[in-house]
Amino acid sequence: MGAKLRVYKRRIRSVTATKKITKAMEMIAASRIVKAQRQVAASTPYASELTRAVTAVATGSNTKHALTTEVENPTRAAILLITSDRGLAGGYSSNAIKAAEQLTERLKAEGKEVDAYIVGRKGVSYYAFRERKVVDSWTGFTDSPTYADAKAVAAPLIEAVQRDTAEGGVDELHIVFTEFVSMMTQTPVDNRLLPLSLDASADEQETSKTELLPLFDFEPSAEDVLDALLPRYVESRIYNALLQAAASKHAATRRAMKSATDNAEELIKSLSRLANAARQAEITQEISEIVGGASALADATAGSDK
Amino acid sequence: MAELHVELVAADRQVWSGEASLVVARTSSGDIGVMPGHQPLLGVLESGPVTIRTTGESGDGTVVAAVHGGFISFADNKLSLLAEIAELSDEIDVQRAERALERAKSEADAAAERRADVRLRAVAGVH
Repeated sequence: MGAKLRVYKRRIRSVTATKKITKAMEMIAASRIVKAQRQVAASTPYASELTRAVTAVATGSNTKHALTTEVENPTRAAILLITSDRGLAGGYSSNAIKAAEQLTERLKAEGKEVDAYIVGRKGVSYYAFRERKVVDSWTGFTDSPTYADAKAVAAPLIEAVQRDTAEGGVDELHIVFTEFVSMMTQTPVDNRLLPLSLDASADEQETSKTELLPLFDFEPSAEDVLDALLPRYVESRIYNALLQAAASKHAATRRAMKSATDNAEELIKSLSRLANAARQAEITQEISEIVGGASALADATAGSDK
Repeated sequence: MAELHVELVAADRQVWSGEASLVVARTSSGDIGVMPGHQPLLGVLESGPVTIRTTGESGDGTVVAAVHGGFISFADNKLSLLAEIAELSDEIDVQRAERALERAKSEADAAAERRADVRLRAVAGVH
């Protein structure tokens, strides 16, 4: 076998092996999307009931609470950025990071300091490489987050919001994650979680807008209920964001792996064309060598006969 | 007979939903019983067993669940019980809860002891 042909054959073998791997990853990701979507759906009743309750308390009572009132001059904001632990997901993590960067710029332009809280190894390494300060970070659960993970993430954030700004607390809490719109579309979004903006929760309530919220009887008191309710609300929103981010990550992986598989197929096709051409050239050369040799031999014998 | 619609929802799933004639739950200021037509209510739950007296489509009977923290909200004859962790009594692994109770007692972990105790009481159906 000619050297050229051997090189092509070897490359085809290696690309085929890669294609098998990417194909497998694509199928794994596809099955995980469905699972992640189911988890999002399962967490929806809790989240919507909680939103309803929060809206009821916030509108139904005149209670002022640290977590609902807007500070006059907000000076520090916290950003929770949700990325993934693993790569091979196309632009998934970098898009989320970009959205966080934009939000950071905007907040800084408004004269606020920004504290970064990060979920996922990709975001952590991005910030570490640029030697930016990260207040807290979590890794290891982005593929299938549990409610306990969301609680762990929420705890320091809630604590920071409740602390005084002068002592290192924050006035605002933003969350940046990748929203799962559909199988094909996932968009990075930034939401302000706190202070609670009632328009946002009113939007979610659009369907039940016609129903007037009843006058609730609070047990034990409106303040206590709000005190207990808001941390749970933040937790459930973070949980929902983590779940959506996980679903988006799997969808992004599936898409990236699908295009990798397609590219590998394309590469194999063009490499086999080249290999065929090389084989054909080799055969042609061999034939012409044989023919040339034979005719040279015939000429030589014909000469000696004379 | 009048009935109210109950949704028992945990953070990651819906645990139970159906019609009931009476729901008894433990709020931070004491046990509270909600019957159809109760005034709109929003309360903080302590961890404790919740008893749901079912009726109508769900059949007459009693559903007991162990609920660890959360909220009770009632409006328009719809009662929602929101809890971070909620289990129906027949989902609870008694042996595991007993083991957890022993362990919590030996480690003097009050919160874990209470959790295990609530689970066991929910299974026993004692309120």
